[in-house]
Amino acid sequence: MGFAPSSCFIYFSGSHRGESMELFFAQFLNGISLGSIYALIALGYTMVYGIIQLINFAHGEILMVGAFVGFFAITIFGFNLFFAMLLAMLASVILGVLIERVAYKPLRGSGRLAVLITAIGMSLLLQNGGLQILGTSYQAFPQVIPKKAFHFLGDKITITSYQLLILAVTIVMMLFLNYIVNKTKTGKAMRAVSHDRDAALMMGINVDNIISVTFAIGSAFAAVAGVLLGLYYQTVHPLMGLMPGLKAFVAAVLGGIGIIPGAMAGGFLLGIIEALVSGYWSTTYRDVVVFAILIIILIVKPSGLFGKDTGEKV
Amino acid sequence: MKALGLKKNLAITAVLVALYFAIAYAIKINLINPFQQVNLIWMGINIILAVSLNVIVGFTGQLALGHAGFMAIGAYVSTVLTMNMGLPFFFAIVLGALAACFVGLLIGLPTLRLRGDYLAIATLGFGEIIRGLLVNIDYVGGAAGINGIPKLTNWPWLFAFTVASVLLIKNFIDSTHGRACIAIRENEIAADVMGINTTRYKVMAFSVGAFFAGIAGGLYAHYFYLIRPATFTFMRSFDALVMVVFGGLGSITGSVIAAAAVTILNATLQSLGAIRMVIYAALLVVVMIFRPQGLLGTKEFTLRTLLGKKEGVGKDAYRKQAD
Repeated sequence: MGFAPSSCFIYFSGSHRGESMELFFAQFLNGISLGSIYALIALGYTMVYGIIQLINFAHGEILMVGAFVGFFAITIFGFNLFFAMLLAMLASVILGVLIERVAYKPLRGSGRLAVLITAIGMSLLLQNGGLQILGTSYQAFPQVIPKKAFHFLGDKITITSYQLLILAVTIVMMLFLNYIVNKTKTGKAMRAVSHDRDAALMMGINVDNIISVTFAIGSAFAAVAGVLLGLYYQTVHPLMGLMPGLKAFVAAVLGGIGIIPGAMAGGFLLGIIEALVSGYWSTTYRDVVVFAILIIILIVKPSGLFGKDTGEKV
Repeated sequence: MKALGLKKNLAITAVLVALYFAIAYAIKINLINPFQQVNLIWMGINIILAVSLNVIVGFTGQLALGHAGFMAIGAYVSTVLTMNMGLPFFFAIVLGALAACFVGLLIGLPTLRLRGDYLAIATLGFGEIIRGLLVNIDYVGGAAGINGIPKLTNWPWLFAFTVASVLLIKNFIDSTHGRACIAIRENEIAADVMGINTTRYKVMAFSVGAFFAGIAGGLYAHYFYLIRPATFTFMRSFDALVMVVFGGLGSITGSVIAAAAVTILNATLQSLGAIRMVIYAALLVVVMIFRPQGLLGTKEFTLRTLLGKKEGVGKDAYRKQAD
C-alpha cells in the first residue's frame, strides 16, 4: 500500500540530463501538459473549498473512477475519445454528488475535523475498493489518437499530438467553466454561496442544490483530468488519483484556494516546476520539491499567489 | 481527595504490575505463541501511536496527517544510534524520540499558525518530504532502507515504554498545558481571547505527539529487523487516525482500547487481506457520520463507569459536551 512508485510512469520525453535548449523546451512543454491536468483537478478542489471550506480528499479517487470509466468505454465498448470522456464525466458526476449527499451533507452542522476525517475515509474507501474490484496491476491506456510530433524552429521545439490534445481539452474546459461561473444564473448563485452562504440562503438560493452542482462540476473536471492523465502516463491504476490529487491540491493552495484563476495558474506553474525538477535534477526529488513549495507558500503567503488576506470572522 | 488519589494510583500500579508479570509468565511458558507475541509488540506500538496522535487531533483539535513521518525519524535515528554508534537501546530510543520531537518543533512552528485543513495538508506534505528525503539519503540505505537491525525490543522494554508514554501523556493532558490545549480545541478564538498563546500550545501538543511517535518508531525498528521509507507512508498515519477516531477524539483510555482492539482485529482478519482496509475506511465514514466525536467521545473509561456509578460533579464535568 502507498503511493504509486514514480518509476511506473512513462514520460513522453525522457529525463536526460543536459543543458540544451531542446531539453528545456521538451521539459517545459511536458510541464504544460502535466500542469494543465493539475489545473483541471485543482479547479474541482478549489470550487468545493470555495463553497463549503472542505478539502475533498476523495477528489483524486473521483478522478480515478473517471479514468477507469473512460478506459473501459474505449477498450470494451469501443467508444471514441469524446464519448468516452462524456461517459467518464457522467460517472464521476454521479459519484461526486453521491459522496456529497451521503457522506458530507449529514456532517454540515458538525465540526470541520469530522468532515475532513470523513473525506479521508471516503478517499481510502474508494482506493481500497478500487484495488479490490479493479485489481492491483497497471493497465495500459489505449492510444486513441495517432502519435505525431510537430517540429518548430528547426527542431528546437517538438510538440507531440498528445500534448496538443491535452492542452486543447484543458482550454475548452476552462472556457466552459468560465462561461458557467460568470454568465449563467447557476454560476451567479455559486458565487453568492461562496461569498456568504447565509445571505445567499436568505436571498432564496437553494444552497444544498448549489453545493451539489459545485460537486458535479468539480467531478466532471476530475473525470476529464483522469482520462487525460491516462493518456499522459499511458496507464490506469486504482491509486492513480492519489498523488496527482495531492499535487493538484498543492496547486490550488499555490494559486489561492477558492479562486478559480488561481487554480489554473497554480496548476500550470506546478506542472512546469515538476517537469523541470525531473529533467534537470532528479525524479526522486520531484515530490519533495512539490511539497516543499506547498510548505513555503503556506508559511509565506497562506492565501496563495492570487489570494487576498482576510481576517477570521468570529 | 489526596488520599483517594493515592489509593487510585496504588490500585493502578498494582494492576499494571500484575499485568506485566502475567504476560511475562505467559510468554515464558509459551501460552502466547510467537505470532501472538508479534501482535503484542504491535499492540504496544499502536497504543503509543494512537495516544500520541490523540494529543494533537483529539485534545488540541488539530488534524495532523504526518505521524508516520515522526515515527520514521524515531526509527531511523534510533537505528543509526544502536547500529552505527553502539549506543544502549534505551538512550537510542529516547534520542530518536527527541529527534522526532525536534523535527516536530521545526515543522510545527511555521505550520501551526495555519487553520485546521491547511494544517492537515501541510503535515501530510511534511510526512511525504521526510519520506522523500530518506529515499535520497544513502547513509540510511536510500529506498532499500536498513536491514539487520538487532532485535532489542522485548516485552519488558515494550511494556515500560508503553506505560510510561501513556502516563506521561495523561499527566500532560491534566496539566495547565493540557487544559490550554483542550481550550484550543473547544474554541480557538475564545482561548486566544482568554490569554492562551494558541500557537505555543499547538506547537507544544505537536512536539509531544511527535516525541512519542518517535518512541513508537524506535520500538518498531528494533523488533521488525528492517525499516524502509516505504514502511512509513500516509497509510501508517491513517492507521493511527482510525484508532484515535474509533476510541474517541479526546479520550486516552479510548485510544488505548481502540489500539488494542484494532491490533487484535488486524491479526484475526489477516486472511481477508486488503478487504480489511475497505472495512476500516467504511467504518471510519460511518462512525464520523453517526458519532463525529468518536465512539467514546471525550469520556474516559474508568472503573467507576464500569461499575455504573454516577460521575461526580468534579473536575471532569466541563468536558461533557452538549451533544
